[in-house]
Amino acid sequence: MVSGDSSITMQSSFLSMQQINKRYTGVQALFDVDFDIQAGEIHCLAGTNGSGKSTLIKIICGVERADAGATITIGDSVYTQLSRKDALQHGIQVIYQDLSLFPNLTVQENISIGDTMSGSKRFISWKQSRTIAIQAMEQIGIALPLDKKVAHLSMADQQLVAISRALTKDVRLLIMDEPTTALTKKEVDALLSVIKDLNKKGVATLFISHKLNELMTVANRITVLRDGKKIGCYQASDIDAKKLEYLMTGTTSSYTPYTLNKERAGTPVLCCTKLSKKDNFHDIDLTVYPGEIVGITGLLGSGRTELAHSLFGLNPPTSGTCTINGEPVALKSVQEAVSMGVACVPENRLSDGLVLDQSISKNIVMTILDNHLSSLGLLDDEGLHEKVLEYVEALQIKISSPSSAVKTLSGGNQQRVVLAKWIATNPTLFILDNPTVGIDVAAKSSIHSIIKALAEEGMAVLIISDEIAEVLYNCNRVLVMNRGRIIGEFDSSSTTENDIQAFIDFHAM
Amino acid sequence: MKRLLARHETYIFGIIVVFSIIITAINPNFLTLENAFDILKSNAFTGIMAIGVLFVLISGGIDISFAATATIAEYLTVLICLRVGGSMLFAFFSALVIGIILGAVNGYLIDRFAVPPIITTIATMNLYYGLLIVFSKGRWIYALPQYFRTFADIRVITLYTAEGLPYGLSIVTALWFVLMVLSAGLLFYTRLGRSIYAVGGDAISAKRVGVSVKMVRIFVYAFMGAMASVAGIVQALLVQAVAPNSIVGKELNVIAAVVLGGASLAGGVGTVSGMFLGVMLLAIVQNGMTLMRVPAVWYDVFVGLVILFSVGSSSWKVKKEKVGTFIDIEPLSPPMVQEGGR
Ligand SMILES: Nc1ncnc2c1ncn2[C@@H]1O[C@H](COP(=O)(O)OP(=O)(O)OP(=O)(O)O)[C@@H](O)[C@H]1O
Ligand SMILES: [Mg+2]
Repeated sequence: MVSGDSSITMQSSFLSMQQINKRYTGVQALFDVDFDIQAGEIHCLAGTNGSGKSTLIKIICGVERADAGATITIGDSVYTQLSRKDALQHGIQVIYQDLSLFPNLTVQENISIGDTMSGSKRFISWKQSRTIAIQAMEQIGIALPLDKKVAHLSMADQQLVAISRALTKDVRLLIMDEPTTALTKKEVDALLSVIKDLNKKGVATLFISHKLNELMTVANRITVLRDGKKIGCYQASDIDAKKLEYLMTGTTSSYTPYTLNKERAGTPVLCCTKLSKKDNFHDIDLTVYPGEIVGITGLLGSGRTELAHSLFGLNPPTSGTCTINGEPVALKSVQEAVSMGVACVPENRLSDGLVLDQSISKNIVMTILDNHLSSLGLLDDEGLHEKVLEYVEALQIKISSPSSAVKTLSGGNQQRVVLAKWIATNPTLFILDNPTVGIDVAAKSSIHSIIKALAEEGMAVLIISDEIAEVLYNCNRVLVMNRGRIIGEFDSSSTTENDIQAFIDFHAM
Repeated sequence: MKRLLARHETYIFGIIVVFSIIITAINPNFLTLENAFDILKSNAFTGIMAIGVLFVLISGGIDISFAATATIAEYLTVLICLRVGGSMLFAFFSALVIGIILGAVNGYLIDRFAVPPIITTIATMNLYYGLLIVFSKGRWIYALPQYFRTFADIRVITLYTAEGLPYGLSIVTALWFVLMVLSAGLLFYTRLGRSIYAVGGDAISAKRVGVSVKMVRIFVYAFMGAMASVAGIVQALLVQAVAPNSIVGKELNVIAAVVLGGASLAGGVGTVSGMFLGVMLLAIVQNGMTLMRVPAVWYDVFVGLVILFSVGSSSWKVKKEKVGTFIDIEPLSPPMVQEGGR
């Protein structure tokens, strides 16, 4: 499992940095961090949400400047501050947490844009651009349509585009800030094997992920950050996931499986029969009773997200019927869905879930303004303020003040704001599409217990997740979707992770 | 075919064809080569400014001050030409220098102070135009240098009517076309052109791939200034007089034509061919209304309706285009064979 391959270690340091400090208004994101990465090494960065991982990466690739006093050594060059151009010249490529793609440009151009914008060429060769794009995608074994605009791709496909873009020929250090959040095992495996190949060629990789197992299988060394300070740097062969979790958080968590304590009874909250949407999913029969947590897993492009969108009125089905709390619904609009008590945490939190420039509190209360109107139709500010603090507390959102803009939060904390926003509506049917993507282990289990508590009070929950463990340990039933159909159902009290993985692998072939 | 149908340009072209048919049915004089050359000549002025607007819109900005820039370039150049003599080449050169400077000032201010471009350029519009009125005292110039007249009469292609009168493709139309071809090449085949799209798509991402966002911004506004100044000279050639107040006020029509041609006010989107069709659509509506003897006061009403209709219909189409993964639905065993999606 662990590949602490000591034969290739520690001959040459590709990059080393000392005394890295970074202060944003109100927070010290990094304190005196030292860091180094060897050529040909796979190095992981671990830490809870807001511990400064993305900030450190942004300094390494030159998009943010370290505060005075830093030294950054790459090969023979020594810098006190690194610019993006310098970093690119040293072959430092990044897959950003927010992907940083161009929605208005095609897949081809997004992938080849690094080549277009570097060097001294003033003219574009579209033929070359096409070759670059095709080759980059071949490396991870995908073939997205080259002429499609990135804005029209799903989150997972966008992530694949971002990965392809970073795999240029002159890459020396590949940095990945949670590159696999929306991907399933198949794509993750392809990516990991590419990383291993690159490392054989002497390319260093720096990797951030909250999927600790994934991290342990590839890493040579792991640097742990906590609250902006470096806790230490460990050989992956010396620690395991439990130890790592302890280093990151100071505690360890454990999963308690969810069992339905009542019988499935009464009117089902959700009942779909033969729901179909052309090119998305087909003949979906799905019934969810109050108090149930139903998990849906499967391969990428199995139609799960599209089904969730349909249930939330975003993607009207072409045929079939659906009732919510016994009442038939047309699923034609979000307003209808919300008024029926449906809430949906979207997969793509940046574009669908948040107003990034607005404050944290405004984002949280956005969905419940109607419930907090005074008799004059004005907003009840005090009530709202209390609500905000309540959710910030319950979800342990790390913020300097509720009035700072959401875009200043770390990725995982942004995701918690989305959750807070929808939990606040107190829905009867709660749909969560990959709800804990990018959330650290400790916070993950606290979010899971919040969801379980809500279900115990009678809410019906639908969780879509690529992590089989997540659905298995938090749901009473797990459904597997493949190519637009539900192909299997498992009772989580009598199933193991391996059973489901084997079932998926079998059907994927 | 499907590709063609998906394009905004195709829609605008369709609308142009429909209008042309209607107008011709009422007045057959519309569909003559003579009228076509005439439309192309009298709209070269708008069309050249539209090229600049297109660049600014693609980069995610907006410029309100270009009509003021055009007027200043036109007025000052003609004054200089009258004082020191010169030639047509000198006139264009002098106008370009003025236009580029005024435009670059816009670009610099917008990038340096991060004030929204609409505010910045409203401010500079008032500043530029105000200064011009103060110093020119609003005086018109009627006596242009002789070479303005001879140049304006040059035809690149000359044909004769049945009565033996000459007509043809004017030099200003040719100038407009050349500028469009060069701009299209710049946008599509150069790194600078692609940087403009990148900045319009996402300025932060552009910075991260090594684009100098500041240089791109300054370039597009300077380019806008350059196009405005050329348009200013073209206006002088067409009208054979210079009035300090004749251009200002046309900004919004030019912007509308470009948006009509598919450029987005949100940035990142737009093509030269679309822009050309947008300009032509408004030109044809105007020309057609004259030919159909509709009172000129109705013009604005029609322009408004045309813009609403064409922008509305194409964004309705965009809305229908759904975001999605490529789902390959498992085919059912017969008799219910489901067509495999992408
Ligand atoms: N632009 C900014 N302005 C103010 N504060 C910021 C800004 N960017 C980051 N921060 C703060 O710096 C701290 C570290 O953030 P960072 O994004 O590095 O965390 P992270 O380790 O990547 O977390 P996650 O796992 O959630 O992505 C956080 O407290 C965050 O709120
Ligand atoms: Mg982060």
